[in-house]
Amino acid sequence: MKLSRLTGRATMLQLVLWLGLISGCSTVSTTVSTTVDTVKDRANRFAEQVDPFEKVNRKTFEFNDRADKAVFKPVAQVYADTVPGFMQTGIGNFFGNLNDVWTGVNSFLQGNFQDGFTDIMRVSVNSTFGFLGLLDIASEANMPKHKNDLGQTLGVWGVPNGPYVVIPFLGPSVTRDAIATYFDYYGDPWAYMRPVSVRNTGTFVRLVDKRAGYLGSFSLMQDAALDEYIFVRDAYLQRIAGQIETRKNYKQLREEDEETQRQIDEDEAAAKAKVDAATPKP
Amino acid sequence: MKLFKNCTSLIAGLMLCLGMAHAAAADETPDSLIKRISQEVLESAKADKDIQSGDQSKVLKLVEAKVLPYIDFQRMTELAAGRNWRGATPDQQQELVKQFKSLLIFTYSGALSQVKDQRLEYKPFRADPADTDVEVRSQVITPRAGQVIELNYRLAKGANGWKIYDINVLGAWLIETYKGNFSAEISKSGIDGLIKTLTAKNAKLSLNYTKKT
Repeated sequence: MKLSRLTGRATMLQLVLWLGLISGCSTVSTTVSTTVDTVKDRANRFAEQVDPFEKVNRKTFEFNDRADKAVFKPVAQVYADTVPGFMQTGIGNFFGNLNDVWTGVNSFLQGNFQDGFTDIMRVSVNSTFGFLGLLDIASEANMPKHKNDLGQTLGVWGVPNGPYVVIPFLGPSVTRDAIATYFDYYGDPWAYMRPVSVRNTGTFVRLVDKRAGYLGSFSLMQDAALDEYIFVRDAYLQRIAGQIETRKNYKQLREEDEETQRQIDEDEAAAKAKVDAATPKP
Repeated sequence: MKLFKNCTSLIAGLMLCLGMAHAAAADETPDSLIKRISQEVLESAKADKDIQSGDQSKVLKLVEAKVLPYIDFQRMTELAAGRNWRGATPDQQQELVKQFKSLLIFTYSGALSQVKDQRLEYKPFRADPADTDVEVRSQVITPRAGQVIELNYRLAKGANGWKIYDINVLGAWLIETYKGNFSAEISKSGIDGLIKTLTAKNAKLSLNYTKKT
């Protein structure tokens, strides 16, 4: 449950984050044992390296799960069932458009200018012709949406994950991203919305809309996992590692895709020419 | 005697048909295999009234008929168990494959029964004819604003054509994710403990799939 926006006040969050950072620093030097390589050792060693706070994290994970079952999930379910589809799409688009601003900044920070310019164009088009972002006409006009945040940017720059942490209410993260989330919040235009009551209501709606998008996948995850905590952790760490890798190599990956597409087109043209040559001319 | 002759020719004809179908499947490129299965499954799921109204047992049947033949469960289990695989007895291995297979089928069926108006898109794919291990990349476009789910497959070519042996959802490979779960269970209570946990999990999940009358 990585929800990148926050409802609460920043002070509480700051405290949690700094605690995470400090305790993260103190455990950087994990000794690697070279004794008999039993299964138990290996499993434990992995956990020690990426998840030294497993005990606390598990507690937070359970707390989040209970809070989700008691509050967020039911509210999101009601939202998904009662609010008309076009309104849900509009809400998602509106906040998605605001999010594109910070995504664009991070595209540039990651050195991906092509995506960065697309992001600027998206915000311009959607904010004007898309009625303040309620419609995502940019996507239809072949300007695909991206999603970048500061945690990813730092990762691209080579900042390591740090220990795995589960943030209260927000879910899985790593120390680097947890700290970056704080800046992500202020990088989003909605943080400057006034009056505060409107901002908070909006943030709440935004979170509910986001949670509604994951109603099915959460229950799937619970079905699939033997130990849900480990399952979510391992999947999450793979996911962010993959995201950073993709962003680091975006140029190469894009060129590879273009090259593949070119070859496919060539193959098709060659096959067509062959058929044309084989059919006798009238 | 004549009847017997007719029968043999009929059987011969059938076998020929099957053989041809088999050859066609072996020639199929991995990306067209994925596209074909996905399309068949999604179309059947959308067209089936029972599935749309939430009959899980029908979903299970659909998956068993259309998807199962193209998945290498043996390999998936071996990979997920990692180094522990060789430490298991043949009986344990067999049971492990059986239980893991059930779990994956339940999970996949659960995912499938959530499909409503999603759309699939495929990334450009081109493999060398000599390739025996490839990745097919796709994404699921959901109607919800800006939600795109990455969905990639790893396939290996064997004697019976291409088979899927790993799936990537939202950036996480299934096998890699199960590795941690498997080794945690094994370090706690051994291979038998893992089998027990899997069996208990499947028993719980199977309750959702018994037909409600």
